Amino acid sequence: MNTASVQLPAWINYGVIPLLNLALAFFFSGLVVWAIGESPVEALRLLLIGALGRGEGIGFTLFYATSFIFTGLSVAVAIHAGLFNIGSEGQAYLGGLGAALVALSFDRYVPWYVTMPFAVIGAALFGAACAAIPAWLQAKRGSHIVITTIMFNFITSSLMNYLLVRVLIVPGKMAPETRTFLEGGQLPKLDWLISMFGGRLGAAPLNFSFLIALVMCFLVWVLIWRTKLGYEMRTLGISPTAASYAGIPYAKIVMIAMLISGGLAGMMALNPVMGASARLQIEFVGGAGFVGIAVSLMGRNHPVGIILAALLFGILYQGGAELSFDMPSITRDMIVVIQGLVILFAGALEYMLRPAIVRLYQQISGK
Amino acid sequence: MDYFDIFIGILGSAIRLSIPLLFTALAGLFSERAGIFDIGLEGKMLVSAFASACAAYWTGNAWLGLMAGIVVAIAFSFLHGFASITNRGNQIVSGVALNFVAAGLTIVLGQAWFGQGGRTAQVPGSGRFTPIILPGADAMREVPILGPLYANVISGNNILTYIAFLMVPISWWVLYRTRFGLRLRAVGENPGAVDTAGISVSWLRYRALIVTGFLAGFAGTYLAIAQSAAFINNMSAGKGYIALAALIFAKWKPVPVMLACLLFGFLDAFANFMQGKSIPLIGEVPVQIFQALPYILTCVLLAGFIGIARPPKAGGVPYTKER
Repeated sequence: MNTASVQLPAWINYGVIPLLNLALAFFFSGLVVWAIGESPVEALRLLLIGALGRGEGIGFTLFYATSFIFTGLSVAVAIHAGLFNIGSEGQAYLGGLGAALVALSFDRYVPWYVTMPFAVIGAALFGAACAAIPAWLQAKRGSHIVITTIMFNFITSSLMNYLLVRVLIVPGKMAPETRTFLEGGQLPKLDWLISMFGGRLGAAPLNFSFLIALVMCFLVWVLIWRTKLGYEMRTLGISPTAASYAGIPYAKIVMIAMLISGGLAGMMALNPVMGASARLQIEFVGGAGFVGIAVSLMGRNHPVGIILAALLFGILYQGGAELSFDMPSITRDMIVVIQGLVILFAGALEYMLRPAIVRLYQQISGK
Repeated sequence: MDYFDIFIGILGSAIRLSIPLLFTALAGLFSERAGIFDIGLEGKMLVSAFASACAAYWTGNAWLGLMAGIVVAIAFSFLHGFASITNRGNQIVSGVALNFVAAGLTIVLGQAWFGQGGRTAQVPGSGRFTPIILPGADAMREVPILGPLYANVISGNNILTYIAFLMVPISWWVLYRTRFGLRLRAVGENPGAVDTAGISVSWLRYRALIVTGFLAGFAGTYLAIAQSAAFINNMSAGKGYIALAALIFAKWKPVPVMLACLLFGFLDAFANFMQGKSIPLIGEVPVQIFQALPYILTCVLLAGFIGIARPPKAGGVPYTKER
């Protein structure tokens, strides 16, 4: 019997199926931990305590989640327009340059709240610039956006490598990074947010960009579901032929969607560059752009889902770091395995369980 | 040093650097011509490098290492197939996922088994593919031009290098002169027609992915136990993506794939050579330009400035039987 056309209620589609897929991913991750000779239950317990046990852990968790919200939104906006942007990694990297240039030129003269809006714009502009050429190639030349954004990840990486090693480096220093920003170029830490719940932030770098990320979630929701542009993007994403029939300009929407997507990815740089390390460092993105793919998939491309999925990955990153201290035989790279399995089960294999669930649902509901 | 000697040196290293690209790009050729996008080539290269290094270390036999590399790469291919053929999942997402699994799993298992921060133990000499000196290489060395070329570029490579170049005509022959190849190309262009002819689209695509895994296994093995003597963290270092670029640059055809891989290998070798040297009049050229050049060239090609790169028509689209 064919089950693809059967409608399922929303709570199964958006609740049960993603959770089951997640459970499968964790089951297989547990198998890997077990194969190494450690207890998966103990590992999970340590991971959760490390991520949520203390104020500092929560601060780190939310710090990671901030980056993932930005990149998750970036991927989601593109997906709504039917574009698969896997260049968020490179766009965030270039966005860091935009944020750093603003911070370096303003930090001596003005307080942080004057620098911040310019830094947001700078990061977004540079991120969008990195997405512009792949977008143009897709819109006008018909090249596949997946391929060109992959290529641009590497091109950006080489460019930033050159700039940091040759141009932006502090003369006489070995480390390829800019000078440390003064206070006018740093985003303040959110101690008050954690102390509101009775914890202490400690050394955790949770900073103001977390709030910017939440604002962006709201703005993306407005854009996608409450504006004409968002409607046009979704139409294009669901059916390019219907979109062209309705007179929606393909090239224009592709360009706009990709520029917004690149801009959101670029803003991710605010968090590590201006919030945490207060300088532009080499490879500071560290895979957050790719995590964005997983976050967007898990969150079903909706801002609320993206926040939840970003929190999940924040817990994994922070908890995984703590876990590798407590269980030296499990390295931090276990997170990468879990991440891969989550993308596999929640993304590529998202329909695997569906036929079985449809049959079960039909039996229970007696149809 | 004589300019010619320098050139020979760069050429020799270009060949060595292009071999993993060549195996991987040919691997990608089979899956993409069958309509399965595979950005998981990087991951396949990585897991097969890890498997071959482990097997070669434990058995001390390079050929068993190669077999392990191939088996594991084919297993990863099957996973990709299970997600993208059987479950009609998104092929790009599946590729991204498998790259992550490969990157993480190799380090986690490497650390658990060898405790050297993700490296495997040093593979003994018998477990490696060592350079073969072709007959007469030393005698030829004194002959001008041809001598050094024969002795340093053609001779002195390991067996996998020669296999890689042999795979080019074999791939061409399989794709263009066998029934399997004809059907494989057809399934990448118009799976509906293949289905109508009574041939299973799924099974055909699975077979294409087996070939992909087979060839990717060679690539990983070359990295781990021919070019070096152990598996090192993330040792594929983006080569899977350069191979993908080469495949597109070559417009999905076997012989151009070889030329593109040689070109990209040459760029890599030239970049290594140019490090810290300066060209008269221009000054020192940043090495990053050479690193980015394969990707820039591919984008220029995709923009339609060097002919048109047309991917297989059904690429990336899961096949659904009509009902």
